[in-house]
Amino acid sequence: MNAPLHDAAPAASSSSALDDQAARFALLRHPLTRPLAALLVLLVLDAVLVPGFFHIALRDGHLYGSVIDIANRAAPLMLAALGMTLVIATRGIDISVGAVVALSGTVAAMLVNGTPGSPAMPLGAALAAALGVALLCGLWNGALVAGVKLQPIVATLILMTAGRGLAQLLTDGQIVTVYEDSFFYLGSGYLAGLPVSLFVVAAVFALLLFLARRTALGLFIQAVGLNPVAARLAGLRTATLIVFVYAACSLCAGMAGLLITSNIKSADANNAGLLLELDAILAVTLGGTSLAGGRFSLAGSLVGALIIQTLTYTIYSLGVPPEVNMVVKAIVVFVVCISQSGELRALLKRRPA
Amino acid sequence: MQMSGAAKTAVEPVLEPVLEMRGIHKRFPGVRALADAGLRLFPGEVHTLMGQNGAGKSTLIKVLTGVHAPDEGSIVLAGRPVSPRSTQDAQNLGISTVYQEVNLCPNLSVAENIFIGRYPRRFGMVDWRAMRTQATELLARLQVHVDVRQPLANYPLAIQQMVAIARALSVECRVLILDEPTSSLDEAEVQTLFAVLRRLREEGMAILFVTHFLDQTYAISDRITVMRNGEREGEYPCAELSRLALVNKMIGASPDAAPLDALDSAGDQALEPGEVLVRTRALARKGALAPVDVELRRGELLGLAGLLGSGRTELARLLFGADKADGGAIDVDGKSVTFSTPRDAIGHGIAFCSEDRKIEGAILALSVRENLILALQARAGLWRAIPFKRQQQLAEDFVKRLGIKTASIETPIGSLSGGNQQKVLLARWLATEPQLLILDEPTRGIDVRAKQEIMDYVRQLCRQGMSILFISSELPEVLRVADRVLVMRDRQACGSYRRGELDDSSVLRAIAGEGA
Repeated sequence: MNAPLHDAAPAASSSSALDDQAARFALLRHPLTRPLAALLVLLVLDAVLVPGFFHIALRDGHLYGSVIDIANRAAPLMLAALGMTLVIATRGIDISVGAVVALSGTVAAMLVNGTPGSPAMPLGAALAAALGVALLCGLWNGALVAGVKLQPIVATLILMTAGRGLAQLLTDGQIVTVYEDSFFYLGSGYLAGLPVSLFVVAAVFALLLFLARRTALGLFIQAVGLNPVAARLAGLRTATLIVFVYAACSLCAGMAGLLITSNIKSADANNAGLLLELDAILAVTLGGTSLAGGRFSLAGSLVGALIIQTLTYTIYSLGVPPEVNMVVKAIVVFVVCISQSGELRALLKRRPA
Repeated sequence: MQMSGAAKTAVEPVLEPVLEMRGIHKRFPGVRALADAGLRLFPGEVHTLMGQNGAGKSTLIKVLTGVHAPDEGSIVLAGRPVSPRSTQDAQNLGISTVYQEVNLCPNLSVAENIFIGRYPRRFGMVDWRAMRTQATELLARLQVHVDVRQPLANYPLAIQQMVAIARALSVECRVLILDEPTSSLDEAEVQTLFAVLRRLREEGMAILFVTHFLDQTYAISDRITVMRNGEREGEYPCAELSRLALVNKMIGASPDAAPLDALDSAGDQALEPGEVLVRTRALARKGALAPVDVELRRGELLGLAGLLGSGRTELARLLFGADKADGGAIDVDGKSVTFSTPRDAIGHGIAFCSEDRKIEGAILALSVRENLILALQARAGLWRAIPFKRQQQLAEDFVKRLGIKTASIETPIGSLSGGNQQKVLLARWLATEPQLLILDEPTRGIDVRAKQEIMDYVRQLCRQGMSILFISSELPEVLRVADRVLVMRDRQACGSYRRGELDDSSVLRAIAGEGA
């Protein structure tokens, strides 16, 4: 959660006798508590059911283990979820994330490889170009939402279709295999014993957290998400802000595309990032950010992404047959979301205990 | 529109009323909405329902159209007691309503809009041809000739209004209710609407017309029912009720002149009007404001009086860039400026507290501190975040200075009372140290004490040199605080009174539009 640690505070402080209880409630009501608890339950389950789950080995100066693996695999989703958090906080939604993943990965792979017509680009330039394409995608989405005033889901639906289509056009629907070794560092390299992708996520998280807390971005996004009319009348540049969040979201998706492409050493325009937007929205929801806009939690979204990845891992490692897989996932997600529902809590409270 | 044409074609009704509401009581939690309210409608008349905001007009209409069930009272329609339970029910009884905001479907065709939910059928399929023919006939009855196959959105609002009326008429209809039908129409469109109403009146329809516009009332009505505080103040033949009398009856007792004298004269004499800060030249917006010239000096407190819909809020919104003007110009400090967003106006030191506190002002889930610094932070921009310590200090300062009652500055503003919310919003703008502060109904819906505190504080600000535009529906309030009162009526400015020349009856007369 960003600024609003005080969410829970006001009701408490008045009576000292209740302080202890109030403090406990404040902890319970802290927005990160529920997602973290859910993650914890999953991890405990894994520790019991999967032998050597928390075992981490040092091999060739790299850390190996299930936990590291989960975090590494969750990296693209975490990036996408971070960007999606900002969009959702402004009452928007971006369903073009998967398409942007495919597009940026394709662009990077093709530029790094070089085509018969043009020689291979230096790695840095290729990555920058791929992110540039992602940024353009975000500006396009932002312009449609803030300028043309399309509903966000419709506005981004356009790019959801067009982005992947464009990527497929570029590659003739073929998988582009990358041969440039330096490109693989991003998605499968190690730094200080940890996967590089985790550093990418950490850097993006730190940057966004800085923006949300040390600049007025957090306040502005919440204001626009909670009450766009009042925000405009208070003098906010609401349109610019909305363009910004969509641009940020697409940039995050672009980076996720680079991680994925680098990790699998090829760009698959047909399948890369397929339905990633839905997992990202789910991660944001699991993390405690309301789809109605307003208060948001970047850390919560990271936890949400980890929950999803841990769940997938658990299901696979328990040997649950693939056909039940989706159902199990759905049930867990349902339980976590339901536990965060204010309506349900009110309902339970009303019922005499 | 002039008051000349109080079109008295219909004779004083001698028939039985087609509709009579008697002794209607309605309470909502904590509010007495209607107390012994009532209404009589005769066939072949246009009957206007008038009253201030909150007088109970809408509630009465909602009782009639089955939206609310009355706690007590009876409704008699054509000699039979009825109790409509839903709008559908009311419509089946022959009571049709056209609402203020046209509630049609812009993407459907004109014909579909008229018959929505009741498409004519043939062999179980929609009979499109019959629908088109009937729709064309219905509209022709209203002297409207359009292609009924076109989407409704292709036509101007006035035509859409006609379509709404046509829909009301397409069912067997004895009573037609028009709830503020003219609020978004321009002059010519209003005249077209009135022509239609006159024709329907000749056909024997009983028409109930709800409006805030006095000129329109006198142009079309046969009789007037005035409501005040949820009660029926009285029912009058239009010709026998002067405008002044009407306004008096709506507002209640004529405003108390005493508080005027109570103001400390010493402070007021110190008020040398400064140079002109803001001047509008023929500022206008179609359907909202006729060209208006206003001058506001530094350190002047200008009150805007007038009934709802008179153009007060519309003028304020144009001055703040909340809406875009489509004619005229604004000068600030003698330089012409264009405001296309509130941000532009804020850049020129203008601040605006909207009348709609919940929707256009407070961000309910954010804390008092966050709400309070929002405008200041917005002006500073994204990158120059106000340090947290400074935010707290600002918030604490204003909480103390304005006597805001809140558990802490981190309490969500939504949990504060209306008056305290209003003070936080006032503080939001004071923090930006504006040159011109526009207050639109700053005292609406808040308790008496908070009202008094806000008005006192506003006068104090003014004495410190801030220009203030003070808008209120409550005339006594305006008369009490303002150095000068500008009266607005029917979307235009129609009289300006300095403090010395202020007296309640002349202002009342101007509001009513009887030769000021």
